[in-house]
Amino acid sequence: MTMRLRHIFHFFLLGMFVGLSLSGLIYWVITSIWFGNHLTGNLGRTDVASVTPWLAPIVWEGTFDSTVIDSIYKQQNITVATTVFALGKYTRFLRDFLESAEEHYFVGFRVHYYLFTDQPDEVPNVKLGQERYLTVKKLPSMNRWQDISMSRMEILEKLIKNELASEADYIFCLDVDTKFIGRWSVESLGRLVGVIHPWFFNAPRFIFTYERRPESQAYIPAGEGDYYFTGAAFGGSLKDVHHLTKTCQEQMNIDIANSIEAIWHEESHLNKYFLYNKPSKLLSPEYLWRDISMSSGYVKIIRFSHVAKNNAEVRPNL
Amino acid sequence: MKVNLYLFFRALTGLSLIGLVYLGLTFHWIKLLYRPPNVLDSQGNFLPMAPWSAPIVREGSFDPKLIDEIYKKKNITIATTVFALGKYTQFLKDFLESAEQNYFVGFRVHYYVFTDLPEKIPAVKLGEDHHLTVLKVASSNRWQEISLRRMERMEELIESRLLNEADYVFSLDVDSKFYGRWGVESLGSLVGAIHPWYYKTHKEWFPYERRPESQAYISYSEGDYYYGGAVIGGLVKNVYQLAKTCREQLDIDAANSIEAAWQEESHLNKYFLYNKPSKLLSPEYLWDDRKPKTPEIKIIRFSQVYKNYHEIRPNP
Repeated sequence: MTMRLRHIFHFFLLGMFVGLSLSGLIYWVITSIWFGNHLTGNLGRTDVASVTPWLAPIVWEGTFDSTVIDSIYKQQNITVATTVFALGKYTRFLRDFLESAEEHYFVGFRVHYYLFTDQPDEVPNVKLGQERYLTVKKLPSMNRWQDISMSRMEILEKLIKNELASEADYIFCLDVDTKFIGRWSVESLGRLVGVIHPWFFNAPRFIFTYERRPESQAYIPAGEGDYYFTGAAFGGSLKDVHHLTKTCQEQMNIDIANSIEAIWHEESHLNKYFLYNKPSKLLSPEYLWRDISMSSGYVKIIRFSHVAKNNAEVRPNL
Repeated sequence: MKVNLYLFFRALTGLSLIGLVYLGLTFHWIKLLYRPPNVLDSQGNFLPMAPWSAPIVREGSFDPKLIDEIYKKKNITIATTVFALGKYTQFLKDFLESAEQNYFVGFRVHYYVFTDLPEKIPAVKLGEDHHLTVLKVASSNRWQEISLRRMERMEELIESRLLNEADYVFSLDVDSKFYGRWGVESLGSLVGAIHPWYYKTHKEWFPYERRPESQAYISYSEGDYYYGGAVIGGLVKNVYQLAKTCREQLDIDAANSIEAAWQEESHLNKYFLYNKPSKLLSPEYLWDDRKPKTPEIKIIRFSQVYKNYHEIRPNP
């Protein structure tokens, strides 16, 4: 009799144990963002803001369905122009940039790279996929990296006005000392697109390194500003990016005439522009991360990142 | 002794089972097993965006002052079409008066009222920079017919006037009233409103047109949301495209003697399936007075009023 009882007792305990573990497992599977979203077919991140107060989407992994978005744009036969500047020693970044772009950047869509360099022979021979084009444009060398950075605005404005008008629908302007390690595609398209700076997406506004001197055209007073955007990546429709580059260039020229240089050069002017011309879409720091090897809780996938570089070694000046 | 122990274990098993079932029903996680509909998250609030990154506009998702500032600089004109035929003219007074209180206040608005009884149009005092044009159209004996012809009339109006006169156009049902702010947060390239009666159902239950013979046919495996035909909006050229396509599909159906389940609303849903709206309005922007307010609806902005269908429709 006692044997039988014990059996029942043990069976009962076993049953409870199995039942509870199973429930626990199912609970974890369903609530963990990865499984949960795929099982329930639900999208939506609750840990980050996915829309700005002016209803511009902030693109994070988990806020969009790539299949749906790809099919929308596939119907539209778009061309994405992409500019990159590689002067002096920066040509060394080109191979990784282009090869990784071929793997991750607007795969399956028409892309036209415009590569600005002072050393066309240093441009590596990278095999491009179908419907992917590359045009090399020669620039004169420059002695100051700040000048190189700031002259981009003027060059971009001329490029859009003179060449791209009938050739592309969208344009992105990217830094070259970077690499793609995840998908960057049509979810990033919009009329005016800014990328949230990877070092400031979590920081309160008073820490943002806006230009704080009223003498500069890039001045943003304390208490103002929505986000801190990076100068290393921005884009949008040709019309809007042309207006952006034209305005920034004009503001920078006024500053030069007044012998003042904004604290973060064209990035300061870009932030001023985005304050008064709100982007229609923001890309999360997944789209320009700090370093390939670092990660943060919120950034679940790194798509595009600066690569480690020795500033003293690659810059023409300090 | 052993009987007691037996009983004890059976009671214990029974209680644990009841306990587990209770836990299952009360913990929200179990509800996830039932796959919440695409537009609500696990907490029961509207998702901030559709899967194609179109924002879903609801109270709390936008800053009205900020957004007003952005659009004030742009000097925009919003055209608004309403159809008030037969007895539906009785809704105009409330519609227009409540619009003047709530609808794009401070912006340039031009109402285009289609009616077969111009003398029934009430004299409503309009605010500054708000205009109203009455357009006379032929009467009809069937309410379905009136509903269907809206697409055609919108197409003609846009072609003849709006392309030059307005930036955005909204088409709104007249048997409704504004109860809260409806402003520039609703503007976008192509705007649809989520139907108040179907945002909690799964797509298999949406009243899409299910007969393959109709141009509005949507299969059971397809569909994102069920959009209300009472609210259509966007840039003039995009709404023109929508109206033109729907009108063409409606004409094909008419030639094949088939009328879609919900008339032009069915065709609208077919259009939005293949031409996804760039912005979605939550049911705050299209409510129904017959429906009690639910927690996920923070404020009712525009709602269809009670009406006695027998009384106002030309036909049952």
